Amino acid sequence: MQFWIIQSLNSLALGGVLFLLASGFSLIFGLMRLANLAHGALFMVGAYIGANLLRKYAFIDLWMAALLSGLMVAAAGGLLERLVLRRLATNPLGQVLVTLGVSFIIADACLMVWGGDPIPVPTPSYLRRPLFVVGFAFPAYRVVVVGIAIATAIGLYLLLERTRLGAMIRAGVDDMDMARAVGIPVSKLFTAVFCLGAGIAGAAGVLAGPILSAYPGLDADMLPLALIVVILGGIGSLVGAFVGSFIIGFIYTFGTALVPDLAYVILFLPMIFIIAYSPQGLFGRMAT
Amino acid sequence: MSRIAAVLALLAMATIPLVAGEFYINLATQILIAAVFALSLNLLVGYGGLTSLGHASFLGFSAYACAWFSTRMGLGPTASVPIAILATTLMAAFFGLIALRATGLGFLMITLALSQVLWGLAYRWVGVTNGDNGMSGITRPEPFGISLASAGNYFWFTLVVSTIAFAMMTMFVSSAFGSSLQGTRDQPLRMAALGHNVWLVRWLTFVYAGFWAGVAGILYIYYHKYIHPTSLSISSSAEGLLSVIAGGAGTLSGPIAGAALLVLLKNYASAYVERWNMLLGFIFVLIVLVIPEGIVPGTRRLLGRLRRGDK
Repeated sequence: MQFWIIQSLNSLALGGVLFLLASGFSLIFGLMRLANLAHGALFMVGAYIGANLLRKYAFIDLWMAALLSGLMVAAAGGLLERLVLRRLATNPLGQVLVTLGVSFIIADACLMVWGGDPIPVPTPSYLRRPLFVVGFAFPAYRVVVVGIAIATAIGLYLLLERTRLGAMIRAGVDDMDMARAVGIPVSKLFTAVFCLGAGIAGAAGVLAGPILSAYPGLDADMLPLALIVVILGGIGSLVGAFVGSFIIGFIYTFGTALVPDLAYVILFLPMIFIIAYSPQGLFGRMAT
Repeated sequence: MSRIAAVLALLAMATIPLVAGEFYINLATQILIAAVFALSLNLLVGYGGLTSLGHASFLGFSAYACAWFSTRMGLGPTASVPIAILATTLMAAFFGLIALRATGLGFLMITLALSQVLWGLAYRWVGVTNGDNGMSGITRPEPFGISLASAGNYFWFTLVVSTIAFAMMTMFVSSAFGSSLQGTRDQPLRMAALGHNVWLVRWLTFVYAGFWAGVAGILYIYYHKYIHPTSLSISSSAEGLLSVIAGGAGTLSGPIAGAALLVLLKNYASAYVERWNMLLGFIFVLIVLVIPEGIVPGTRRLLGRLRRGDK
């Protein structure tokens, strides 16, 4: 019994981390029709920046580190979009290849700067105590991560559905040419959305730090999970990313715990069924 | 004209083991193996317009299967090689069913996700794949009693196989089927309206490309006599894709030039710089930004301009 409850909680925590990663990917894809393969690398560089901020400056706590790291990664994402991706606006395949190249550069740069040893991200001291719920001890931090993911989901939902900026983004997703024609600055939106997606990924890297820590290869571990989440949930759909993240969180956690050798295969089964049934994913609207 | 050039190039290549040292012979073998792999990927990327980011799955799976059947099951190469290639082709048929539910970026992401599954499996399923230690202990076969242990003999063997591969893939794209494949790339709707089964054309190409990548995997495993999960990784798939795009997607000789460029860069650059992955990333960005059409078409255009200038 305890096994199932603890693993369920771990699944929720992983689902939360996956949502933070996949929502940005999905957002960027939805508006820009760009599969950002550097997303895992941005997550990893965020984790490294956060881990080093925490190590060097005593006055910075985890939340501040996540915020700073998110801002830095957002700025780097903005530069990438402005300087490189923009030139390839008419060449979607070229854009994907460039983000792949950039992910190699970032991953190797992280290895060069921070070495091959994992850097732990300490859990804030007041969240180290276990949380007792119906007699079972849960690591409190994991509950907080799920909370942050849900808060982010609500925040993104409100941003997209209730603000002027969100209305412009939705218009751009639905019909980009028409959005331009009615005077929406689609080009500026691209930069804004790319910064936002990259920033969430960077902050997510720090927030996932106490669970995953920062290590070389983190990007290659996380990117396929994010890809499966968005393929499953439907590319460009926020609800799909949310549902998909928790499905994958559960399957991956239980798969690793029960059949560690075949966790990756189990992960891929739901993807086969969903794609065979509906190629757009669970909540996707468009067939690409 | 180009046929004569091809025969001359082949003859010139066949003399390499007679004149060059072992290092250069091995380099040439590596180029040929990378070229077969790039050519097979080119069928999808260049002629089918289907950019796969998981093609190393087939090379790696075939190599792993061959190694597993020879070392764990004790089968000889006459059994393990056909089994490995057949298994790889069947896997391509299955992966094709899933990946071809989408095209474009969706196809790219699904092939990437599928290849990551295999990569993870090779790492985690230690009981079968020996995990991070990789599989070794494979000995080269002796077809018709000829030992392939020396670098020169293995080069000749690779040259024969890759010439057959090149000829078969050239015939594939210049056949009527190849024309309909290019039709599905450029005008899928019109092809469907003309009565072609667009999905079937793509799927058959996917399986055929998987088959040749499987052949490249056999050449790979007998050359290295060792296989590690990195052969299935995304950077391995990306190297193949970069060869195709750098050389010129949708041309016959482009992927060969691209594969040669990449193997030479990897061998020479890694003597000077430690950071091959970073270099690979920079080459990717540079090629896409500067010569997106590839080296071979780019040079051809340049030569054409020079010739016109002479008049």
